[in-house]
Amino acid sequence: MSAVPFDAEVSPPVVGAPSSAFLDVRDLQVEFSTEDGVVRAVDGVSYTLQRGKTLAVVGESGSGKSVTSNAVMGLLNPKQARITGQALLDGEDLISASSERVRELRGSRMAMIFQDPLSSLHPFHTVGKQLVEAVRIKRDVSKAEARARSLEMLERVGIPNAPARIDDYPHQLSGGMRQRVMIAMALINDPELLIADEPTTALDVTVQAQIIDLMRDLQSEFGTAIVLITHDLGVVADMADDVVVMYGGRVVETGAAHDIYYRSEMPYTWGLMSSVPRMDLGENERLIPIPGTPPSLLAMPPGCVFRPRCAYHTEVEGNRCDLERPDLLAAGPGHAVRCHIDQSRRRELAAELFAESWGVEGDR
Amino acid sequence: MGGYIARRVFTMTWMLVLLSMIVFVLFNAVPADPAALTCGKACTPQVVEANRERLGLDKSLAEQYVDWVEGIFFGRTYGSGEASFECEAPCLGYSFLKREEVTDLLVDRLPVTASIALGAVILWLGLGVTSGVLAALRRGQWQDKTITAVAMFFYSFPTFFIGLVLLFFVVIRWGLLPYPSWIPFTEDPWGWFQTMILPWFTIALINAGFYTRLTRSQMLETLGEDYIRTARSKGLPERTVIRKHGLRAGLTPIVTATGIDLAFLLGGAIVAETIFTLPGIGKLFLDSATTLDLPVLAATTLVAGAFVLVANLVVDLLYGVIDPRVRLR
Repeated sequence: MSAVPFDAEVSPPVVGAPSSAFLDVRDLQVEFSTEDGVVRAVDGVSYTLQRGKTLAVVGESGSGKSVTSNAVMGLLNPKQARITGQALLDGEDLISASSERVRELRGSRMAMIFQDPLSSLHPFHTVGKQLVEAVRIKRDVSKAEARARSLEMLERVGIPNAPARIDDYPHQLSGGMRQRVMIAMALINDPELLIADEPTTALDVTVQAQIIDLMRDLQSEFGTAIVLITHDLGVVADMADDVVVMYGGRVVETGAAHDIYYRSEMPYTWGLMSSVPRMDLGENERLIPIPGTPPSLLAMPPGCVFRPRCAYHTEVEGNRCDLERPDLLAAGPGHAVRCHIDQSRRRELAAELFAESWGVEGDR
Repeated sequence: MGGYIARRVFTMTWMLVLLSMIVFVLFNAVPADPAALTCGKACTPQVVEANRERLGLDKSLAEQYVDWVEGIFFGRTYGSGEASFECEAPCLGYSFLKREEVTDLLVDRLPVTASIALGAVILWLGLGVTSGVLAALRRGQWQDKTITAVAMFFYSFPTFFIGLVLLFFVVIRWGLLPYPSWIPFTEDPWGWFQTMILPWFTIALINAGFYTRLTRSQMLETLGEDYIRTARSKGLPERTVIRKHGLRAGLTPIVTATGIDLAFLLGGAIVAETIFTLPGIGKLFLDSATTLDLPVLAATTLVAGAFVLVANLVVDLLYGVIDPRVRLR
């Protein structure tokens, strides 16, 4: 699942083109007005996702990945956020739709799970009550039927002794169990789109793998399309078909998971890759962190947003990186990169950098 | 839960015993001879000594305390022979100044103070919570700004000032209400209401100001919680999100605050009853303090303390009902 063949069908993120994708985000922009000025948290993000596929949105904290999905779900407060662009769910634009219409779609056609399952479940209500509520808001069924459906889902997500657990409060469950409950609640009305916002970040490493396995199982069973928001490239390798790498509210590289893992052409992505622990490297191999911190959204660098932290800006003639904002340009089928460095040079650099780990597979 | 209640009641009992001792010692340490206070101007030393013996004030402090506590549970007999009289349980003492048993004094005045207190609590919670929730939901808009300003305004005035202003304008200047005089609810509900409405507002306005601010900040905090986002992500209508998920969690701290503030009700009652000359326990307490009617003072303090302890127990139990995480103790 992790390695998609090169000729896999990936729609290039071209704005304005007609698309058959199930979720088609086009030139999404989100601005918040704060006391310190207008913050553009998301700036022209586009991506597409087919039914039953997984798209990973990767980036550091503050890169705009959560804001993007909250905008798609209609969870941003319209009084605070100004959203432009389009997010087509099966052809229907969620950004221009009424909030009432988006609410109807939430929980039925699209659902979401969050980072911290403890704070995401209501502490005063039993798990069963919260599940039953999720069923009954969308379906006209009796409490008993809704409860039966809840029990079925709890069993499906692997909660042991579900008939007893259903009357537990969230604080009585373990972290992994709580995230299973969240998944059960999200999938209880068979949504076609699931947005998972860092679903494993708050969990133990052993439990992380279980949750990822569970999501993969459920995806193949129900054919759910998944947007997986994460900063954990290990999780991405396990699940994603396509990857969008975000930095400073923009997409800096996008492509099939295989492209990102073995043919990445963007220095920021290289940085992310170099900071992931890997089993296949020598045990004395050091992890290389990306120097510096993400840019303040209030004071974006004028040129390439990644320039202040980029070790390769000397590869570009003059000071283009300081002055000119690079465009997201095609680097191969379904693969696009936002970088001023010449493509041939980028490939050379990447080949040197990852010679050991990419090996033969990385050769074009 | 049963064990928890038992433990709490046990602790409470000890606190009451401790409170009764402190109250007793404190009021006996007052530099006034309680026996000398028992008779008026034309007093002879013989009468004072006779009263001292009748009231058991010639005994040691420890013995007096035992008598006092015994009286509360089993009643007691003052004096002996011809001049003796019975004070039935719960006997909280005998006021020689008022020539009445303290228990009777308290029972007579209880309906007045209970009427004031209950109404005031309902009014301040109603006003405070409603306006606080409204302000939170309209955060930053004119409704929020108005409510916050008005709340701050009332919160800034002392109770007695509000009471006097209300009395002066509503009753004296505009004549909108008759001058307050105590009418039991059972006799004339409308008259009772007319009398009570100003004392209620006098106590409630300052508290409502505080509760508005408290509710507003609690609601804002709750509405920013992750589980509210989850409720929205399920596709619940905003009204349901706020009512079912927001209010329950946001108002929990209000319950705690109310429990604590009940302790200050007696203070409010003293002011309100004094301004509107209502014969309640607060007025009784104040009068006893100025005339050094020590038995009444001691009994009132003890009863008020017991009330606070019980109120806090009720609040804690209520908290357990509202928040399941508290039940595990």
